[in-house]
Amino acid sequence: MPAGPHQLDGHRVAARLGAALSGIVTRATDEWVEVAPERVQEALRWLRDSQEFDAAQLSNLTAVDRHTSFEVVYHLQSLDLNHQVVVKAIVADHEAPSLPSAYPVYKGALLQEREVYDLMGIRFADHPDLRRLFLWEGYPGHPLRKDFLGIGGGRTSGLGRFPNEDPANRDRMMNAGNLTSQDMPPEAGGHGSAMASGGH
Amino acid sequence: MTTSHNPTNAAATEPYVLNIGPQHPSTHGVFRLRVVMDGEVIRDLDMIVGYLHRSMEKLAEERTYTQNIPFTDRADYLAAMSNNLGVCLAVERLAGVEVPERASYLRVIFAELQRIASHAMANGTLVSDAGAWQTPLLYMFREREKILDLFEMTCGARLTTNYMRIGGVSFDPPPEFWPALQELMDEMPTRIDEYASLVQDSEIFLARTRNVGVISAADAINGSLVGPALRGSGVPWDLRKAEPYCVYDRMNFEVPVGRHGDVYDRFMVRLEETRQSVEIIKQAMAQIPDGPHKTDIPLALRPPVGEVYGRVEGPRGELGFYLVSDGTPAPYRFHIRAPSLINLSLLREMAVGVSLPDAVVALGSLDIVVGDIDR
Repeated sequence: MPAGPHQLDGHRVAARLGAALSGIVTRATDEWVEVAPERVQEALRWLRDSQEFDAAQLSNLTAVDRHTSFEVVYHLQSLDLNHQVVVKAIVADHEAPSLPSAYPVYKGALLQEREVYDLMGIRFADHPDLRRLFLWEGYPGHPLRKDFLGIGGGRTSGLGRFPNEDPANRDRMMNAGNLTSQDMPPEAGGHGSAMASGGH
Repeated sequence: MTTSHNPTNAAATEPYVLNIGPQHPSTHGVFRLRVVMDGEVIRDLDMIVGYLHRSMEKLAEERTYTQNIPFTDRADYLAAMSNNLGVCLAVERLAGVEVPERASYLRVIFAELQRIASHAMANGTLVSDAGAWQTPLLYMFREREKILDLFEMTCGARLTTNYMRIGGVSFDPPPEFWPALQELMDEMPTRIDEYASLVQDSEIFLARTRNVGVISAADAINGSLVGPALRGSGVPWDLRKAEPYCVYDRMNFEVPVGRHGDVYDRFMVRLEETRQSVEIIKQAMAQIPDGPHKTDIPLALRPPVGEVYGRVEGPRGELGFYLVSDGTPAPYRFHIRAPSLINLSLLREMAVGVSLPDAVVALGSLDIVVGDIDR
């Protein structure tokens, strides 16, 4: 698996974290450790303060919409020991997702959680200033959700306006290793041949 | 406010709200600050961003990995090469694509040229913010222009380069590139000395930047600061050393750090980093082998199901790409960890209690790029 060069094995983190805070780990893989979402702040604080992991910096915080649940992903960095710990929290409630804020542990979560709230609609309890970051108050919905605009899989009808991007042609284009110009619709000839020569 | 109606305290002031931006020279782009002032002193500060939000992360979910490279140019538009490099390295790790050695060297050369150009811009505008109107900025633009000429010579674009490709780079530089690069690298050290002499010993610049916008090392780490903002506070953290990518492990260079964590230290860290970049480019020029500059990858690359957090040390610090693949040619999730946005985490704490001109200089020293903040 494409683990980072200094990324710690999730099983190792899970063993130590689970021993210190019982019942907090829900799953572990080679790459990350999954913790109970309502206890994520506790897990982050332990990882930050533990001598073994020394996760001093929250280098990245983001979320992934899995259609029925949300994954909130924390990339933690130890600057002294030069390793990375990846923590995930699976929020099962897709309608009104919520979990504790990382801000009391890492001040660097301030804007990152606002971004996730804005674009994914995940609420972070006890965040000091949870407002939208990029969009304006009153904006309908959260655009990075897969069901945004109510179209399955997050596909939006307005985006497929390039000649070779409509759904019927899409798979054919994606599968073609060496397209020739006669494979392209006539109105897209010029663009099509550029794509066929490697897209450069 | 009761104090202002108190006849015995006629000089008391009432707090008032000051809007700076969205269009203002000190905000370096379309960025708005809403400041509550009490006389000369800032009592509260709120930043309003999003004027440049183009929803790149959503758009990316509709496009192939290669089609997403040009978007990254437009995220941090002052460091397009570094953004290209970050996304290409992340996709390559996700899909297991090997890069020819020559391409890795070319990537290092262009990423370091971009760092010099970006730092010149950052330091030039910071000096402008500190009151030395446009002269130092234009001095620093002189060398930046030459770097952009080199970009144009190689890939046809100056700003939004779209130069890196998954598996290599799009073009080998033309023959006239190498003498021009050599000439620039020969004159750069003198030029950097010249910049330094313009401001380093200027009493006004020192008064405006020393002990202003101080961030302690512990705060910088906890606040997720990266790049020169973190190193200015004395933390020697550089991903080119900590997690070497491309051929940085073969390069001999130093990581400059500050001591006090003030605006001056961040300025000096950037200035010293340009010197180190020149050294890296010289070494890369001496070592670069012949060979292909890219490997061929399928037009519709389908990385295996999985995820990757790839990152590079961009001019503004850790630039991360968190990609989730579901096995189709388009990413399931495409997140950019933007250093410009996250470096602002401590802005309010830096600004509250200081005067407005100091806050402007502190903001300038964080080197924000609004395209990178908003994406």
